Amino acid sequence: MPKGLQKYLRLQAMPTPFCPGCGHGMLMTAILHAIDEAGLDINNMVFVSGIGCAGWIPSPHFNADTLHTTHGRPIAFATGVKLANPELKVVVISGDGDLASIGGNHLIHAARRDMPITVICANNSIYGMTGGQASSTTPIDAISKTTPSGNIERPFDLCRLVGASGAGYVARYSVVPLKPLIKSIITALNHNGFSFIDVLSPCPTYFGRMNKMKRPVDMFDDLKKRCKKIKKGEKSEEGVIPIGVFVE
Amino acid sequence: MGKLVALTGNIAVATAMRQINPDVCAAYPITPSTQVMEQFSEYVADGLVDTELIATESEHSAMSACIGAAAAGGRVMTATSSQGLALMWEMLYIAAGMRFPITLACVNRALSAPINIHGDHSDSMGARDSGWIQIYAENAQEAYDNQIQTVRIAEHMDVRLPVMSCMDGFITSHAIDSLELLDDKTVRDFAGEYKATHPLLDVEHPVTYGALDLQDYFMEHKRAQAEAMKNSRKVILDVAREYKKLSGRGFEYFEEYYMDDAEIAIVILSSAAGTVKVVVDAMRAKGEKVGLLRPRVFRPFPYNELSDALSNVKAVAIMDRADSHGAEGGPLFMEFKSALYNNKKQPIMINKIFGLGGRDLMLPDIETVYRELRDIKNTGKIRTVSEYITVRGEEAAYGKA
Ligand SMILES: Cc1ncc(C[n+]2csc(CCOP(=O)(O)OP(=O)(O)O)c2C)c(N)n1
Ligand code: SF4
Ligand SMILES: [Mg+2]
Repeated sequence: MPKGLQKYLRLQAMPTPFCPGCGHGMLMTAILHAIDEAGLDINNMVFVSGIGCAGWIPSPHFNADTLHTTHGRPIAFATGVKLANPELKVVVISGDGDLASIGGNHLIHAARRDMPITVICANNSIYGMTGGQASSTTPIDAISKTTPSGNIERPFDLCRLVGASGAGYVARYSVVPLKPLIKSIITALNHNGFSFIDVLSPCPTYFGRMNKMKRPVDMFDDLKKRCKKIKKGEKSEEGVIPIGVFVE
Repeated sequence: MGKLVALTGNIAVATAMRQINPDVCAAYPITPSTQVMEQFSEYVADGLVDTELIATESEHSAMSACIGAAAAGGRVMTATSSQGLALMWEMLYIAAGMRFPITLACVNRALSAPINIHGDHSDSMGARDSGWIQIYAENAQEAYDNQIQTVRIAEHMDVRLPVMSCMDGFITSHAIDSLELLDDKTVRDFAGEYKATHPLLDVEHPVTYGALDLQDYFMEHKRAQAEAMKNSRKVILDVAREYKKLSGRGFEYFEEYYMDDAEIAIVILSSAAGTVKVVVDAMRAKGEKVGLLRPRVFRPFPYNELSDALSNVKAVAIMDRADSHGAEGGPLFMEFKSALYNNKKQPIMINKIFGLGGRDLMLPDIETVYRELRDIKNTGKIRTVSEYITVRGEEAAYGKA
């Protein structure tokens, strides 16, 4: 973590519990960078997270108000926070399992009612915390603890889902490189309405090891290779992960 | 004698499920029960079972899918813990009310908030009134044995109710224990074929489940459900005896440890009983008449048998690994108090709340409880009816013995 950002952390709660090479640590840095660069006062922000490794990004590490909730429900809690005190900037940071599998209903409804909160999904296509089971974003054929011979269920494209539900800002970036992600987080935080970023944040410990990417760097290389900006209306080729801003 | 193996409680339960070979399993992962379904999905992938397995998007959906599968005539199983069971809560009542013999392995874990992943009984105790039969295991062996018996209890025509078989999170679910397995054929024969009554998709005999049922019949249906729970008493005994013939193992409603001539006793569920036994052995060696009563069946509560088992004891500590805030003690304590109300001979009863969120219960803590019971027996006086032990604060004397 860069020195300049350490003021946003509860140093006594560090280090994080993340495995070496986990994307969630990089996402944590990106979020703090964005807050810093946007000149936001972290004391006027509330970070709401659910259960999962991703839920640990803000809680207990951010030196701010954090609300660590139950699995799947952070958006519903955040809705309450925002309604009770609309002055606060409310940011939900949680995993793909939390936000899209068990909590998918809250995601689409918060987008539909354009609830003025920012939702950052730390998407590793797996349930990391419980040991690597398939989630609703696990790609077809991927190996997981619950799909030992390959996943046969289609994954959600979270950006299309949330965009179709009515969100005003929808983007996807990976944790490598960090710069475009930081820029997107700043835009999302400044957006007046529901904003959503699908952040590709690798879980080397479970997803990587089970899917022939043994070292964390293999996962980052894979993301760098496959993530491409796609122009509006253009179809992406097989294997390409479209990144960029989809709704603005 | 069966095959001796070293397994965790979770794998032992998954093995029992493999041997039973259910039609449908639907589950969502949660610590510490995750391993049950993970192991079971390996069995599915390896073709060792014919089960349709679905990893749903939540426990609420998992139990809903289980109910759907049971309505369609399948033998159905699942596993969960803590928040997972809490999220199933609405559906637990539906499963029981529709009289589906679903079986659920509940690996006990504390309920949030604050977040805690370790073992206590607040999850299953919270589902106490959902109409599910509840059986608690001390160790991996018993978790395996109970799991096999659950299908026979649930599916018995005098019962047809869902059964929850519980074991302690981590202590039993994750520790490797040695146990004896029955061979696959023996288990399959014991479990038998499941015959669904009035399944959906029987096109000749269409049926409706869960329809509106108001002042006219609702109460009759609830009474029938309560009767089925009463009937399960005998079925649980019969099944336990039959299983014992087969395996040489097992308890009926409860386990008694040196209770014959015990003057003071502890009542405790699940794995903590193992620790209590060590203390009982040590105190017995010094000639102290101490005993242990470990209930195995909590729902239906075998009140006659359990109160008889305590009738000659002078003082007893009921130890709860869950609390009912605002009540006079934990759920097990309240149950025993009402069970003993009609007894002429009653022991003096106290309640200790212990082990919440996985807090260890050490040998000296148990010794302290026995010493307090000895004082109560000698003086007839009690200091306090119910209290938390091994906790920071006033009762800090615990753990220092
Ligand atoms: C109601 C409920 N069900 C299940 C769980 C167990 N659980 C904790 S985290 C988790 C999955 C986390 O996956 P994700 O949200 O993608 O976060 P990651 O760990 O991958 O960052 C699950 C299933 C729970 N805590 N509560
Ligand atoms: S298990 Fe995966 S998601 Fe969780 S900290 Fe480790 S690498 Fe990150
Ligand atoms: Mg995830």
